[in-house]
Amino acid sequence: MRTPLGRVRGLGSAKSGTHHWWMQRVTSLALLPLTLWFVYAVISLSGASFAQTRNFIGHPVNAVLMLALIGLTFHHINAGLQVVVEDYVRAERSRIGILLLIRGACWLAALISGFAVLRVAFT
Amino acid sequence: MSHPPDPRQAAFAGRRTDGSPVQRPLSPHLQAYDMLQMTSAMSIMHRASGIAWSLATVLLVWWLVALASGPGPFATVQWFMSSFIGLLVLFGMTVVAWFHTLAGIRHMAWDLGYGFSLPAMMRSGQAVLVGTAALTVLTWVIALVVWL
Repeated sequence: MRTPLGRVRGLGSAKSGTHHWWMQRVTSLALLPLTLWFVYAVISLSGASFAQTRNFIGHPVNAVLMLALIGLTFHHINAGLQVVVEDYVRAERSRIGILLLIRGACWLAALISGFAVLRVAFT
Repeated sequence: MSHPPDPRQAAFAGRRTDGSPVQRPLSPHLQAYDMLQMTSAMSIMHRASGIAWSLATVLLVWWLVALASGPGPFATVQWFMSSFIGLLVLFGMTVVAWFHTLAGIRHMAWDLGYGFSLPAMMRSGQAVLVGTAALTVLTWVIALVVWL
C-alpha cells in the first residue's frame, strides 16, 4: 500500500503530475488570439503576390507572431494527439512507438516551418 | 484471439505508479456512446476536429516552405489553394477550426467550473454549433470580398 502523499511525490503513474494537462490549457489559451490573427493574416493575403506575402511574413512583428503560432500549434497538436493515442492504443509497444512518431513529426514540422519563416525574414 | 476486441475487456497495457505492468479497461470507445447525444457527440467531434486540424497543418508547412523557396513553388501552392479541391479543403478547415475553437472555449469554461448543469450544457453545445456555422460563413464572406 502506498500512502496518498507517496503517490503525489512520485507525481502518479505518468511521473509528471498535471503538467501535460496544464500545458494543453496554456497553449490553447495562447492560440486563441494567435489563431484569430492568423485568420486575419491569411484573409488579407488572399490573392496577394509572392513579394507581398514575403514582405508581410518577413515583417518583424508578423515573423515573431508566426514563430509563436508555429511553436504553440505543434506543442498543442502533440499534446492532443498524445491523449487520443494513450486512450485507445492497447499494446504498450505500439502506443509508445506511435507517440514517438507523432512527437517527431511535430518537432520536424515546427522546425521546418520556423526555419522557413526565419529565412523569409532574413533574406 | 481472432474475435474483435470488446471495449469492456481489460486489454489496455498500462503501468502502475511503481512501474509494474497492469491490464486496464480501454477508455470508452465510439460504440459505447449514443452518438446523437449533445454530450458525447460534441466530445467526439471535438477530438475528431482536433485530429483533422492537425492533419491540415501540412498546408501551413507547405505554404511557408514554398514562400521561403521562391516564386515557382509559391505559385504551385497558390494554384492548389485556389483550385476547387483546395478551396474545399480550406472550407472544411474553416469549419473544423471554428468548431474546435468554440468547443475548446466551452471546455475552458468547464475547467473554470461553469456550465455543468444539463440545461446549460445543452445551451452551450447549441451555441457552439450555431457559432461554428455563423463564423464559417462570416469568414468566407470576408475572404471572398477581399479576394475578388
